[in-house]
Amino acid sequence: MEGELQKDLKKLAKEQPLIALNQIVRRHNAEKGAAIPILQDIQNTFGYVSPEMLQRAAEFSGLPVSELFSIATFYAQFRLEPIGENLIQVCHGTACHLAGAEKITESLQFETKATAGRTSPDGKFTLEKVACLGCCSLAPVIMINEETFGRLTPDKVKKIIKETRKQSAEKEEGKGGCAGA
Amino acid sequence: MPEQNYRVKVGLATCGIASGAAKVYDALQEELKETGTLLQRTGCIGMCYSEPLVEVIEEGGKSYLYGKVDPAGARRIVEEHLRQGRPVKDLLILGESAETDDRSFLEKQHRILLKNCGRIDPEDIDSYMATGGYEGLRRALTTMTPQEVIAEIERSGLRGRGGAGFPTHLKWRFTREAPGEQKYIVCNADEGDPGAFMDRSILEGDTHSVLEGMLIAGYAIGASVGYVYIRAEYPLAIRRLKLALRQAEEHGLLGERILGSDFNFKVIIREGAGAFVCGEETALLMSIEGKRGMPRFRPPFPAQKGLFGCPTSINNVETFANVPRILHQGADAFSAMGTAESKGTKVFALAGKVKRGGLIEIPMGTTINEIVFDIGGGISTGKPFKAVQTGGPSGGCIPASLGDTPVDYESLKKIGAIMGSGGLLVMDEDTCMVDVAKYFLTFTKNESCGKCTFCRTGTNQMHKILERITKGEGREEDIDTLVDLAEKIKVGSLCGLGQTAPNPVLTTIRYFRHEYDAHVREKYCPAKKCKALIEYHIDSESCTGCTLCARQCPAGAIAGEKKKAHHIDQSACIRCGLCLNSCKFEAISVVSEPRVRT
Repeated sequence: MEGELQKDLKKLAKEQPLIALNQIVRRHNAEKGAAIPILQDIQNTFGYVSPEMLQRAAEFSGLPVSELFSIATFYAQFRLEPIGENLIQVCHGTACHLAGAEKITESLQFETKATAGRTSPDGKFTLEKVACLGCCSLAPVIMINEETFGRLTPDKVKKIIKETRKQSAEKEEGKGGCAGA
Repeated sequence: MPEQNYRVKVGLATCGIASGAAKVYDALQEELKETGTLLQRTGCIGMCYSEPLVEVIEEGGKSYLYGKVDPAGARRIVEEHLRQGRPVKDLLILGESAETDDRSFLEKQHRILLKNCGRIDPEDIDSYMATGGYEGLRRALTTMTPQEVIAEIERSGLRGRGGAGFPTHLKWRFTREAPGEQKYIVCNADEGDPGAFMDRSILEGDTHSVLEGMLIAGYAIGASVGYVYIRAEYPLAIRRLKLALRQAEEHGLLGERILGSDFNFKVIIREGAGAFVCGEETALLMSIEGKRGMPRFRPPFPAQKGLFGCPTSINNVETFANVPRILHQGADAFSAMGTAESKGTKVFALAGKVKRGGLIEIPMGTTINEIVFDIGGGISTGKPFKAVQTGGPSGGCIPASLGDTPVDYESLKKIGAIMGSGGLLVMDEDTCMVDVAKYFLTFTKNESCGKCTFCRTGTNQMHKILERITKGEGREEDIDTLVDLAEKIKVGSLCGLGQTAPNPVLTTIRYFRHEYDAHVREKYCPAKKCKALIEYHIDSESCTGCTLCARQCPAGAIAGEKKKAHHIDQSACIRCGLCLNSCKFEAISVVSEPRVRT
C-alpha cells in the first residue's frame, strides 16, 4: 500500500510538483521533529532536494528555511543536485577498503566517465562513495540503484556497467515505442 | 522418497541477495510448485562466505546445508536430493556426509542470540512465536512488576552491546526513577561503523526479538512510546521492521492494553539520514527531534532529559535482542556464559582477509586466535596473519602477537582497543598499517560534526600528516606530533567520536612503529600499498606481448609492440593496478624498495 502511495506521489510530482510537495509536508507536519522525514520524502519523490524545494517546504511547513538548509547540508543522504539515470554507490567500508575499493572506484570512473561524487557527462551514471553497505563478507561491494554486487574485480565492473548501459538503453527504447504507439 | 517429506529454506538477507539468493529462491519456487514441499525464506545463518545458502530439512529434522548454490545448483538439489534421495555432495557444506571442514565455523560458536537467524522466517510472527517468542514479554507483563524486570536484568549482568558496555539495568533504573509523565525508549539501529553488520543481520533475521526487547524495556521504565532510529542504507531491515510492527499489532502485542494488561506501547520508525555521529546518543536524539545531529554536554544524561526533554533510555539493537531470552529463560541461563565482568555472548561481524567471514556469536572471553583460526579458518590469502581491528573508527589494531587476548570489555581496553559494536576485521601481511590509520582518519574527519575545535581541526591535521607520510614526504617529528595531537583531541572533544577518533592511529603507532619508520625514514611501504611509494614493473621474460595491459591502462602509460615485451612509463603511470589485474601471465609485479635518505 505504501508503495502505491509513493507511485502516485511520484506521478503527481511530475505533473504538479507544488501540490506533491504540499502533500508531503502535510503528511508529516503534525509529527514531532518532522523536518528530516519531510526532506527524506521530498528526495524519495523528486530524486533530490533543490534550494527552491527547500524554500517551498519552508513556506508550507512554517519551519525556517535556514533550518531546512542546515539539515540538508549536514546529512550525507541529501543531494542538492539531480542524479543521473543510474546511481552507483561504492562501498568504502573497512573490509571493502582492504579488498581494494579504491581500485574498484577507479575502474568505475574509467568505465562510466563519471568522477566520484559526480554525474557522468552523458547523464547515465552518478558515482557516490558511501561509508558501508553492510555486506563486508562480500567485499568489495557496490550497489547500483537497488541491486547489490559483491566480490568485485575490475573485470566484473566492466561487465556490470556494460549490462547496466544495455538495460538503460532498452528501457529508453521501450518508452519511445510506447509513445509512438 | 516422496517430496512432501522435506522443508527447504533459503537465506534471504542482504548478503544472500547480493550473492544471488533471490534467483535461487525463484528457481526453487518454480521447481517445487505443485509438489507440496514447503519452501521458506530465512535470515542470515552467518556463513556469508558461502552464500547463497539452501537448507534441506528431512521430516525427522535431519538437516543438510548447501553453499554457493546457483539456480542450476538449486535444480540439482531438487532433482537429486528431493526426488531421488541423494544429497548433492559437491555443494554440501554441513550435514551427514559433508566433506568440507565448514563444521568448525560453528563449533566454537554459541549461537544463542542468533539462534533464530537463519532458522525462522523473519516475516512471519508465528514462526517467531513457535520458538518461544513473546513468552518473555508475557512473563514480564503477567507475573512481574517493572522493578522486578529491572532486577532480573541486573542479575543477568547484561551490558550495552553498542560498544561502551554500560550496565543496561542502570540505564533502565535511572530512566524509571527520573521524574516525568512521558518517557521514551529508543532503539539505536544506526549501525555506522564501517565493517559492521551485526545489527542489520539481527533486524533482518530475527526482527521480532528486537521489538519484544523494546516492549519489555518500555514496561520496565514506564514508557509508552518507542523509537527505532535505523540507517536508511538498510532498506530490507526497515521493510521487515514495518511488517513486524503490523503483525505484532494484529496479535495484540502492540498498541493498547497489551496482553490484557494496563501497558500501552507504540513504536515509531525513524530513518537516519547518513551521519555517523548520530550513533552517539545525544546526537541521535537531536536527529529524531529533526535537527542537525550534534552531540551536547552530559549531564543531564538522556535518562534525566532525553528525547523532547523527557527521560529516555537508548539501547542498541543487540542489547534489546538479548532481553526477551533473559526474561523467558531467566537471568542465570544468560550469566552462565561469559567472564566475571562480561556476561553472555557477543555477536561479531567477521570480515577482511579471513577464509570464512560472516556473522558469528561467541561467549565473552573467547580469544582472538580462536576467532581468526578456528572459526574463521585462517587467512584467506595464505599469507601471515598480521592484525585484527575491532571497534571500527573508534577502535584499535591488535597485532597477531597478542592473539591470545580474550575478547571481553576489560581485556580489549587494556591493550588499547575496544570491544566496539562488533566489527572484527582481519588483516594479513599485505595490509599497510599506516594506510589503515589514514583510512580511519579520513572517515572520522569527514564525519566530525564540527562542534568541537579539537575534533574538527585536529583530525584534519592528523589526516594531513598521515597523508604526507604515505606519500613519502613524512618528517622525523611527524610521529611525535601525531601522538601529541591524539592526546589533545581525546581530552578536547565532547563526544565519543572525537574522544576515540585517534585510537586507530595510536594503536598502529604502538604496535607497528616500524612501518611508520619505514615510510618516514626509508621512504618505502613494506606492504606495497601506498601509491606514491610503489612502482609497477613488467618482467620482460614472462611478458608475451598480448597487449591486454596496454589496452586496460587508463593513463596510456604502457607501450610495446605486439608479441614483444611491454614496458611501463613510470612518469605517466597513475599506479591504479589495473594492469596487474589484467595480466594473465603474472608478468607484472609491484615493488617498493627502501631508499637512502636524502
